Amino acid sequence: MVEILRYAGQALAYALFAAGIGYFSTSPAHVVRREGDAVVKLAVTHAGRLAQPCRARSPEELARLAPNMRTPLDCPRERSPVEIRLELDGEPLYSAQVPPAGLARDGVSSVYRRFTVPHGVHRVRAALKDHLDLAEFNFTTDAEVTLAPGDVLVIDFQPAHGGFVLR
Amino acid sequence: MRVLLAMLERGFDRIFGAANNPLHHLGALAFLFFWIVLASGIYLYLFFETSTAGAFRSVEYLTHEQWYAGGVMRSLHRYASDAMVVAALLHLVREFVLDRFRGFRWFSWVTGVPLLWLIFISGVNGYWLVWDRLAQYVAVAASEWLDWLGIFGQPIARNFLDQAVVSDRFFTLLVFLHIGVPLFLLAFSWLHVSRISRPRTLPPRALVIGATFMLLTLALWKPALSQGPADLDTVPAAVALDWFLLGGLPLLDAWGPGALWALAGGLTLLLILLPWLAPRRRPPVAVVDPPNCNGCGLCFADCPYAAVTMQPHPLRSGHRVAIVDPDLCASCGICAGACPSSTPFRSASELVTGIDMPQLSIHALREKLRDALAREQGEGAVVVFGCDHAVDVRALAQPGVAAFSLLCTAQLPPSFVDYALRHGADGVLVTGCKAADCHYRLGNTWVEQRLAGARQPHLRTHAARARVRIAWAGPADGAALRRALADYRAALRASASEAAPGSARTRGGAAHG
Repeated sequence: MVEILRYAGQALAYALFAAGIGYFSTSPAHVVRREGDAVVKLAVTHAGRLAQPCRARSPEELARLAPNMRTPLDCPRERSPVEIRLELDGEPLYSAQVPPAGLARDGVSSVYRRFTVPHGVHRVRAALKDHLDLAEFNFTTDAEVTLAPGDVLVIDFQPAHGGFVLR
Repeated sequence: MRVLLAMLERGFDRIFGAANNPLHHLGALAFLFFWIVLASGIYLYLFFETSTAGAFRSVEYLTHEQWYAGGVMRSLHRYASDAMVVAALLHLVREFVLDRFRGFRWFSWVTGVPLLWLIFISGVNGYWLVWDRLAQYVAVAASEWLDWLGIFGQPIARNFLDQAVVSDRFFTLLVFLHIGVPLFLLAFSWLHVSRISRPRTLPPRALVIGATFMLLTLALWKPALSQGPADLDTVPAAVALDWFLLGGLPLLDAWGPGALWALAGGLTLLLILLPWLAPRRRPPVAVVDPPNCNGCGLCFADCPYAAVTMQPHPLRSGHRVAIVDPDLCASCGICAGACPSSTPFRSASELVTGIDMPQLSIHALREKLRDALAREQGEGAVVVFGCDHAVDVRALAQPGVAAFSLLCTAQLPPSFVDYALRHGADGVLVTGCKAADCHYRLGNTWVEQRLAGARQPHLRTHAARARVRIAWAGPADGAALRRALADYRAALRASASEAAPGSARTRGGAAHG
């Protein structure tokens, strides 16, 4: 009798463990977004312009350099941060000066942001300038988009395609 | 915490028996689940297609078209992974509660921490491969979490902007990671147990059968299913989350990536530093006396932590001598119990053995035993040998009962049992930590084997073996041990009264309590 109870106890212990594993491997469900919400993703990867323009070396400077280093132009590697702004229905969603990557600050400026917005019709304006000395944003877009619940709007930046690409 | 754990373990002891109590084998169970994950993973890999469309399609094929093999394997893969998380976390909590994380154990503790991260990374990486709606959520959430660190040239999350950007090559990378990270997990698991000798990496057969059958039943009862193909152009409203492996990700939405990194990093740091945050006073370690060490290697064979090595003897050419590594020594005294020189029958007034513990030397133990035997003699007189980590046997001392608490029960040289029986004791009761739960891992196993004559040094006579009783008892089993002692003494008296005068000591009760 004791043996039977022991085996029953073992079966119960295994069953409880299995039930716990089985339940929590899928439940409770995680709510990722509220009903009616849509998502806007801003993704920019762009190298800013060189922070300083190239400068012509003087003959004296060139003479001081080793023969194999005598390039006529001195071009610093550092790039300018990229300034990005994103507005939704006239309200600012994102605004930042994104620094270039790398220890020498000569890499690309990258930003990725995800925003949850209500579904419906929205006015999206995005702007980018790839040198802080520029007076105006040299890449802009202004579009009206319609987002259904759960839709993802990607605002990508592809200079080869003229700048911002909304899809 | 310890009281609660003791109550829980006692309940499991009743159901499974101490030797098969799953709480005594949590680390080994984690290993078992890993092997199941590995075996099922190899099968799944044979059919898995490393492409954006093929990943989901091939997993669906395994789940539905081949449910009897591939589907079961997929479910085993998932549930064994979850069970591994549970076993590993329980193992961590139990070792902490039982104060088995600091001192000489720091290495095993610290090397266990990266294992948790590697399990988590393997799990997250594995869920990406299915490329369903859950995979989509996990991919975006995990990559956004990683991107917060700012250590990648371009945000990883760019790879999951929308359907158009996900590449087939990315799945090749994911598969590579899903093979590589578990290999690291295996390597760290080896490191985790590398400082102990004879690590238990498989639970007893009964638990292997029980746990495997349980997972198989669960796999058939609730097969693991995908949640629709991934579609990065939309966001699912909800996902059925595996809370064991992915339970931290929802905190990203609630707290943000920085706070989650702070929590995860802080917890990791706390776990790593824990052995030194509350340092324990270091007890004296084993000391070798070369003139009395004959290089037999028994201490080397019995040390549970590989702290003893054999080196050329400094005094005897061609002989070996034991050397103790103080950093590895657990101060358990098992080596002293294994030393053939640790016999109380030696005539030297100052008993010096080959390897000994300064805090409780073999000489001191012999002197205490002699004093006790001078007091307690005759029918029902019992000498009890216990250990400092189980029931405090000193509380059992009473007229007719002499009790000695050793550093570990395996510090007891079997010759002391012979000695006690020849010098007036009617019986010897040996107790200590429960089966498969020795504080020093192997002590009670060695004691059983030594007393049964299966391991050197062993009892010299069958007669002595017949008058020894073993009754393992955990720290909370004081009442059970008192009952076992009373039963044993009653059996000894009954045996003596039935026998002819003078013969009682050859017929006493002899059983495993």
